[in-house]
Amino acid sequence: MIAPSFLDQLWLARHVILNGLGITVAISLLAIFAGSVLGVVVGLSLVYGNRWLRWVVRAYTDIIRGTPVLVLVLASYYVSSAVGVNLDPFSAGVLALAVFCSSHVGEIVRGGLQAIPKGQTEAAKAIGLTFGQTFAYVLWPQALRQFLPAWVNTAAEMVKASTLLSVIGVAELLLRSQEIISRNFMSLQFYFFAGALYFLVNYGIERLGKYVERKTAIPS
Amino acid sequence: MAKTLLEIAGLRKTYGAVEVLKGIDCAVHEGEVIAIIGSSGSGKTTLLRCINMLEDFQDGTIRLDGEEIGYHVEGSTRRRKSEKDIARQRALTGMAFQQFNLFPHMTAAQNVMLGLVKVKRLPKGEAHAIALKWLDRVGLGDRANHYPGQLSGGQQQRVAIARAIAMNPRLMLFDEVTSALDPELVGEVLQVIKDLAAEGMTMLLVTHEMRFAYEVASRVIFMNKGVIGEEGNPREMFVAPKTERLAEFLKTSSFN
Repeated sequence: MIAPSFLDQLWLARHVILNGLGITVAISLLAIFAGSVLGVVVGLSLVYGNRWLRWVVRAYTDIIRGTPVLVLVLASYYVSSAVGVNLDPFSAGVLALAVFCSSHVGEIVRGGLQAIPKGQTEAAKAIGLTFGQTFAYVLWPQALRQFLPAWVNTAAEMVKASTLLSVIGVAELLLRSQEIISRNFMSLQFYFFAGALYFLVNYGIERLGKYVERKTAIPS
Repeated sequence: MAKTLLEIAGLRKTYGAVEVLKGIDCAVHEGEVIAIIGSSGSGKTTLLRCINMLEDFQDGTIRLDGEEIGYHVEGSTRRRKSEKDIARQRALTGMAFQQFNLFPHMTAAQNVMLGLVKVKRLPKGEAHAIALKWLDRVGLGDRANHYPGQLSGGQQQRVAIARAIAMNPRLMLFDEVTSALDPELVGEVLQVIKDLAAEGMTMLLVTHEMRFAYEVASRVIFMNKGVIGEEGNPREMFVAPKTERLAEFLKTSSFN
């Protein structure tokens, strides 16, 4: 018997793989988007919140950042069903990743805003800008540029972390690859192929980040 | 006598237990150019920063054109005005800083335009024209589209002065604007200030440039440990200081 070739098997599995890749991208995009929106709120609370809000949000980020993502994913799925909120694996997984993402983005936003010299706020005040205007026109545009690289990094981390959703049965790229391998036993080839796809997605994110960074760089 | 523009009475400011300003009384008339001198820690920069509420203060009043700055009194309680009111009042004074504090992500013209568009609500075209006019006046008409990072320290400081002056303030505050500059760039900035003074702009300058204070100021205030140690016209003060403190300060300063 002739051993089946990898390319034949790949061709047979193309829909399954593409489907898995699509789910992976969907999870990542949703988690990055929701996590970033929430993360900006977290970051702003850490910088501008009153003492109590800062304390609560600080506890939130420290706890989330100190917890393995896999634990967050499992907790999100099993705890939610235990308390009667029935989240499907996809939603539970996205929720866990978004929460994880928000704690990191929150720290990035906080760091970006706090790195801006105090003189910027003072100069803005001195020409009569209100706090809202100062934030919108002076602080935020500078903070954005500052934290873009770290944010891109976090986005790439989210893509990698999406593999963890395979343990709660979300049919993303890794789980799909495992299913294919269980049929044809080409573990080396298909794991390698999945790895290459993850690399491509993250490489794309990184290139995009570099491009935006270049486009928004302040001439000096 | 010209109209009183700024009136400071009983101004006290503390940082925790440290009293930085221990009761300042002073009046500034329209068109006056006042140099504030004194050793570091004497409270001169703090005084300037209180005038546009970059610092809160605990007691006393500052009035600009008769309007109380930063606080109002309700019955027997003294309250800080709303942020919106304070922002409006801050626009009445212009300020230039030691570290320039230009907005690095905006061109020179955009730096000058920001307040005109967002605070004065001028149309962009008009704001741009005003920005160019003032950049031209500080000798940087050809640098309007440069970013701060592309300008020398002296040029940045001149843009910062243009940014403040374009708002058409009642009063200009200069906080050691040449202290961060290389010696060869100090002259160009002082010249801009001199020109403004000659046009009748009322200004308070905290400065270590004694020669400049001597030449440009119509009055000098010597700050010493949180109070006004001595004040008067520069010729009398620099040549024949009345207090021991001032005499000593002048001896150790660069004026010679």
